[in-house]
Amino acid sequence: MNDTAVTAARPAKPVPAGAYLAPLAVLLLIIPYVAPAYQTILLSYGLAFAIAALALNLLLGYTGLLSFGHAAFFGAGAYAAGFMGKYWNIGSMEVFLAAGALSGVVIAALFGIVCVRYTKIFFSILVLALSQVLWSLAFKLFWVTGGTDGLRVPTPTLLGGLLGTPADKVAFLSHQYYYYTLGVFAICAGLMWLILHSPFGQALQAIRDNEVRAEFIGIRVRRYRWIAFVLSGMFAAVAGTLWAPLNGLATPEALYWPFSGEIVFMAVLGGFRTFSGPIIGAVVFNYLKAYAVGRTEYWQLLLGVVLVILVMAMPEGIMGALGRIGRRVRGES
Amino acid sequence: MAQLLAAQGLRKSFGDNHAVDGVDFFVEQDRLVAIVGSNGAGKTTLVNLITGLLAPDEGTIVFAGRDVTTLPVFGRIKAGIARSFQLVNLFDLMTVLDNVRLAVFTRENKTHQALRLADRDRESEDEARGVLADFGLGDKWNVAAGGLAQGERKLLDVALAYALRPKLILLDEPTSGVGTREKSQIMDRIESVVRSRGLSAVIVEHDMDIVFKYSDTMVMMHEGRVLAAGAPEEVVRDERVAAMLGRTAAR
Amino acid sequence: MATLVVQALNTAVYTAVLFLIAGGLSLVYGVMRVVNLAHGNLYMLGAFVMAWAVGGAATGVVPPLLLLLLPVAGVTVGLVGAVIEPTLLRPLYNRAEEYQLLLTFGLLLILEDAIKFVFGPTPLSASTLWSAFGPISVLGSDYPAYNLLVITVGGVSAVLLWAFVYRTRFGVMLRATSQNRKMAVSLGINVRALYVLAFSIGCLMAGIAGAVIVPVQGAVLGMGVDALVLSFVVVVIGGLGSLEGALAGAFIVAVVRTLAITFFPELELAVLYLMAAAVLVTRPAGLFSRSSS
Repeated sequence: MNDTAVTAARPAKPVPAGAYLAPLAVLLLIIPYVAPAYQTILLSYGLAFAIAALALNLLLGYTGLLSFGHAAFFGAGAYAAGFMGKYWNIGSMEVFLAAGALSGVVIAALFGIVCVRYTKIFFSILVLALSQVLWSLAFKLFWVTGGTDGLRVPTPTLLGGLLGTPADKVAFLSHQYYYYTLGVFAICAGLMWLILHSPFGQALQAIRDNEVRAEFIGIRVRRYRWIAFVLSGMFAAVAGTLWAPLNGLATPEALYWPFSGEIVFMAVLGGFRTFSGPIIGAVVFNYLKAYAVGRTEYWQLLLGVVLVILVMAMPEGIMGALGRIGRRVRGES
Repeated sequence: MAQLLAAQGLRKSFGDNHAVDGVDFFVEQDRLVAIVGSNGAGKTTLVNLITGLLAPDEGTIVFAGRDVTTLPVFGRIKAGIARSFQLVNLFDLMTVLDNVRLAVFTRENKTHQALRLADRDRESEDEARGVLADFGLGDKWNVAAGGLAQGERKLLDVALAYALRPKLILLDEPTSGVGTREKSQIMDRIESVVRSRGLSAVIVEHDMDIVFKYSDTMVMMHEGRVLAAGAPEEVVRDERVAAMLGRTAAR
Repeated sequence: MATLVVQALNTAVYTAVLFLIAGGLSLVYGVMRVVNLAHGNLYMLGAFVMAWAVGGAATGVVPPLLLLLLPVAGVTVGLVGAVIEPTLLRPLYNRAEEYQLLLTFGLLLILEDAIKFVFGPTPLSASTLWSAFGPISVLGSDYPAYNLLVITVGGVSAVLLWAFVYRTRFGVMLRATSQNRKMAVSLGINVRALYVLAFSIGCLMAGIAGAVIVPVQGAVLGMGVDALVLSFVVVVIGGLGSLEGALAGAFIVAVVRTLAITFFPELELAVLYLMAAAVLVTRPAGLFSRSSS
């Protein structure tokens, strides 16, 4: 998606990133002590979705591939936790996460073999169709997956019980589990940031900008797309695993393709051309949806209208708009 | 003089269109070969066949003693063949420096490094800056490639191929779309870089002045075949070529 | 033998409906290079309009007259399409094609709730129309006559569409534009009007699909989202942009579905999606594609 105005890739940054990251970090750390449990838990959801949106953007913003099937990975991660709990009686979050990451990798590796031969719309539709395979299996094989009832995901132990065992579930979710989520988020975001700013990340961006030229620079385009796809799937699955204990259940909704659309919505809302855009988008979308669902039964209409306006008037998302305003304020063109 | 590239019996058709129809094409070491011919003569198709974008229907391509006919693109790049494009092909959203640095990364097999910061690689950055300096683009390092002037974009396209440290560089109309004065500037740069580093080059050109001034050998193509090949002064004296040039002189 | 006949007829019914939905999607893509994620919800709109109209029609109206509501429902959806294209899609033609997916996804969300708002959250039924036609004897088995009607509507639509695209002047312009837009413009074809019309026809087809099948299965919120993925499978198999492909793809999907339901009901959907993937791996352009990818 290269049609918006070309701007310098490294514009002057008079305000260093650290200036606003530090207060933000402090805020995130003290939230459980200043806000009601409901808000903290809501933010946990937002952080989990942020990981998923970042994962999607690894493909979209950096490799130029729009996936409408990320629910497959997210849901797989959630069901991994469910399966661990139901069939192996495991309650350790670390095992959940490992299982989730593995599921994401395996599924993305398989899907990727088929999908990365294509680009643009065909790629999007193909991933969508494949993700529906998983949904249909979860839906129909009800004796394994619990069907529409889903699989119960027990409240897990964190770090082998080091962070205290869940007694009062709400207090646990809004304190220990929140910090755990924050930690996993920081690690995932950090890893993705590193990957995208590495030589590999540069190669991905080259593939995004000009596939033919990338080939002629010596980059093995299809192979790198596949690797990016697998990485993206892995992180999205981790997001799903993180989400599952919050939701208490792994349900087919998490695998249903409109949910993939929501993840895309989050990335675009925040701004898919920046690294942090998807994070902002996920958190804002989460609040937006929670607000809408609470206020009206026609919340899909509200979200749909927001998306349409976004596409028509503000395609660079929140971060893009903020960037533009910031440049105007500083007097640059 | 050693023969760097020997392509023989090349044929490539698109349906009824015999774009390349039995072409023998040779490049000697340290030579600058110009391919000329009217539009549709098959010049770009020939370049596409040599660089691996297309696979020939018939024929062989031997490069530096190795049969590369079935080698895929990245294989040919590793073997030492690089190219630039007729319609400038860059990474428009990345800076000029990032464009060249990426070529350095791939050449040094660093693109699989996913857990190292690209910006920390001083070595690659210095080399990229060196290439930019060679091409006169040093002060534009931080500009997005899409924001450069056309002449600069053409040079960057060549610089990208050059940064791969190829043995043979193929440039498809490196001076098209720019004014006469800029053409010479661009070709001066290219020639100095190519000669000083011992590269061999193939240039697809329409401008006969440039061909005469810069190339050692000229190959004239017409309707998918080679009409004549040799030193420019000699080729031009060939009757068939003279007729061809007369017809195309009006351009 | 009896079940075989019934299975075959059911497959034909499914083929007819799938063809109408997927054909609309494919037509729009073939002409305009637009993939409309909300297409399934237009099918749902057709279903709801028809069910509402049938339910609201005065009792005692002779059932065949109720069939007149079919084209009414179809045209209604077509008109919705005529509004959508110039306002929401046209501004996006010069942008990267991924934006259409985003916009039409937003449209999907809007339509879902708009339909809920207008027709209410509970499913609507038009089964009175279905049962009014009663059973008919086909090769010794009893089969719902209405289902035969569905097959007929599908068949007639296929023929009409084919004639329209390949035998009319408008069809010529349509095909020219889909092959080379710039050329079409320079030939004086009013591409803008053509696009609106093509999109409306695509929506009309989806609307008719919904309207014709609603007496059989009812109108339920969410049916559009399910239908969309199936239509993707159809066009992937048959080739995006090809009407014959949509027909062939619809038939293949319907057959596989009937077989799957009989032998592996749990894997029914999974098999279909996997089949789409298999086709893409072996013949990327689909089995019958003629559109330039």
